[in-house]
Amino acid sequence: MKTITAPYRIEGGVHPAYRKELARERAILAMPPPGLVRISMAQHLGAPAKPLVKKGDTVLRGQRIGEPGGFVSAAAHASVSGTVQAVGPAPTASGALAMAVDIESDGNDTSLEPGPRHDNWAELDAKTLIGLVADAGIVGMGGAGFPTHVKLSPPPDKTIDTLIVNGAECEPFLTADDRLMREQADGIWTGISILRHILGARSVRVAIEDNKPEALKAMERAMAGAEGDVTLIVLPASYPQGAEKQQIYGITGRETPSGGLPMDVGCLVENVGTCLAVRDAIVNGRPLTERVTTVTGDPVAEPGNILNRIGTLYSDLIAFCGGLRSPATKIVSGGPMMGFAQGSLESATAKTTSGLLALAPDQAPVYESLPCIACGRCVRACPMTLLPCELSQALEAEDYELADAFHVMDCIECGCCAFVCPARRPLVQHMRGGKARIALKRREAMQNNKEKG
Amino acid sequence: MTASDSHTTLYTVSSSPHAHSGASVPCIMFDVLVALTPALLAAVYFFGFDAVRLVAVCVASCVGAEALCRKAMGRPVKAALADLSAVVTGLLLAFNLPPSLPSWMAVLGSVFAIGIAKQAFGGLGYNPFNPALAGRAFLLISFTGRMTAWHAARLPERWSFGGLTMDALTSATPLGMVKDAIKAGDPLPVAMDGATTLRFLLGDMGGCLGEVSALALLLGGAYLLARRCISWHVPVCYLGTVALFSGIHWAANPAAAMPPHFHLLTGGLMLGAWFMATDMVTTPVTNKGLVVFGIGCGVLTMTIRIVAGGAYPEGVSFAILLMNAVVPLINRATRPRLFGQRRKA
Repeated sequence: MKTITAPYRIEGGVHPAYRKELARERAILAMPPPGLVRISMAQHLGAPAKPLVKKGDTVLRGQRIGEPGGFVSAAAHASVSGTVQAVGPAPTASGALAMAVDIESDGNDTSLEPGPRHDNWAELDAKTLIGLVADAGIVGMGGAGFPTHVKLSPPPDKTIDTLIVNGAECEPFLTADDRLMREQADGIWTGISILRHILGARSVRVAIEDNKPEALKAMERAMAGAEGDVTLIVLPASYPQGAEKQQIYGITGRETPSGGLPMDVGCLVENVGTCLAVRDAIVNGRPLTERVTTVTGDPVAEPGNILNRIGTLYSDLIAFCGGLRSPATKIVSGGPMMGFAQGSLESATAKTTSGLLALAPDQAPVYESLPCIACGRCVRACPMTLLPCELSQALEAEDYELADAFHVMDCIECGCCAFVCPARRPLVQHMRGGKARIALKRREAMQNNKEKG
Repeated sequence: MTASDSHTTLYTVSSSPHAHSGASVPCIMFDVLVALTPALLAAVYFFGFDAVRLVAVCVASCVGAEALCRKAMGRPVKAALADLSAVVTGLLLAFNLPPSLPSWMAVLGSVFAIGIAKQAFGGLGYNPFNPALAGRAFLLISFTGRMTAWHAARLPERWSFGGLTMDALTSATPLGMVKDAIKAGDPLPVAMDGATTLRFLLGDMGGCLGEVSALALLLGGAYLLARRCISWHVPVCYLGTVALFSGIHWAANPAAAMPPHFHLLTGGLMLGAWFMATDMVTTPVTNKGLVVFGIGCGVLTMTIRIVAGGAYPEGVSFAILLMNAVVPLINRATRPRLFGQRRKA
């Protein structure tokens, strides 16, 4: 085991005000089960899960209430014990409608008999372990929510030689992963070891930004006895160090090809929270029913890192943190750079909810955008080396073919371009709209080809 | 607000990011104005009332023309004025005029700069040419005589270069004098000894209002760099190319050519390299593009100054305008390789 600084420098990036001091020193606090949880069937990338319960059913904590709806999908579990109150569409954090199961808690918090403990995981084969991960409904907890068991099953022609564990937490305000590493380093390391065993990966890289010295120390301690090619990577604090493709490059110098996946360059990236969830699933036999969410922002009375049941309503989560002591104009699910603004507090936490951020009026001003002045700041900030200024103008003109030729589909929506834009152009909004439109066109073209063929 | 009524509260919804660096167009323009202040003070010192008169006339007419154009086009007037870009254009245009220019000509140049070169293309952000330089070029072509007539303002007794007294009204810029002498086959009229270099650096010479004091312009340029309003690429490449080009020319023929520091300090090069060739709207967006742009400006400037035997001894404004015209091509040619896109084998 050794500790080194990231050997490669990522392109672009920005240095936003991190504001992590609001919640950094708040130890993880477990919130008692709320009266009602709303568990979405679409907490992950891919096909939504199919509800297995109906109104009136009684469920126990840990009971499977949604089964995977396809190959790229994940199971969902009840996070409290109680009665199913409703099964129907509800908005997710991103605003899209998806089936959700509302469970009224019976206050007893009775758990389903936990599954078998597998302290002997090192003796189990990869297939068995991947099955256990899938049963636990684990998805990438850093934000994207890609089903972990799918990631762990690459096609036979791909070899994964490097497991990268993402503890960068480059989003401003968020401190959930920081706290998790400081308080649960050993558990995370066990999870990492299990993942390493499943993948048979030669190398393990744990990456943490240098603005988290305590987390670095804690992980270093937990990893001290590790054998083989295990390295703790100190990343320079800048945004977006935690973006998958950028992190892979910063650590290995490998560029994930345009349109490709990390496994194309022999890498697999998992968030530290996901590693802990894997440990809980394998060693403790517990499915994923809770996570740590940073509830923060200046208007929040008592910011903190809250271990909450998945499906906790945002309103309950904020109330648990003492409510809002001053007016907020914006509520963001996630961090300020890539999170989703919420119109109300009716949504609920998901497996991917790393933060809930309240912004004061002066922190989220409403402004008009100006025409692009071609200052080139977005070009220098873009970690994908795109020309956001040019793309946004093409998209404003609804020239989707041109935008496609200019690689808008490679945009990772990190927000660096809009962050630096002096004309305050809604660059990410343009990119998102363009990407959605082009994806739709591609699907239609594929459909047409099928019908013809 | 308490948490109990938060269910009914509606919050602002917008696309991420929900954070901003704080940079804004008016901020950038304000920084440019701050950076131009030393040169403005130098202009007032060297040219007195004429400097005040032309700056006032140009700024007022540019702002007025901007307001009228926006109104005529049925576009928001206040927002266009609030970005301060018309004030910057007015100030830069004034800096590019000889002190003796009649006010009505300055008004005409301002109206052309804003009305034709900027608003006719759609306003800030859409203009292919630097408006102030377009205004100067318009005046230079329309009123060549008045635009190249220099008077020594209030400093007549200082005007002697190497024993040669300046003509009060014609060819009074050092570059003009040199060019005329070379054309006539006379010995070079300016000797770049220490004293002359210092005078040129401070701005004690004939020329346009804002271009004379290299020192004041360098101060402003350093401010823009420190505020990250501009990057080093254009000024360094532009000045470097001029130094290299003139250095080679001078080394090849020291008797009939001026040394690099003469070319660097005269003819509005500092004004052009720090303030006109760094205009964001009319320059490339990539760093590589800015390097190409700067080198191109340098080559064209020196070509006009040395190679061509034409009527314009300075070269800076036409060099930048010509390079403005090829910015879309530079942008296309210097498109960065996409992260993750295969390098060409």
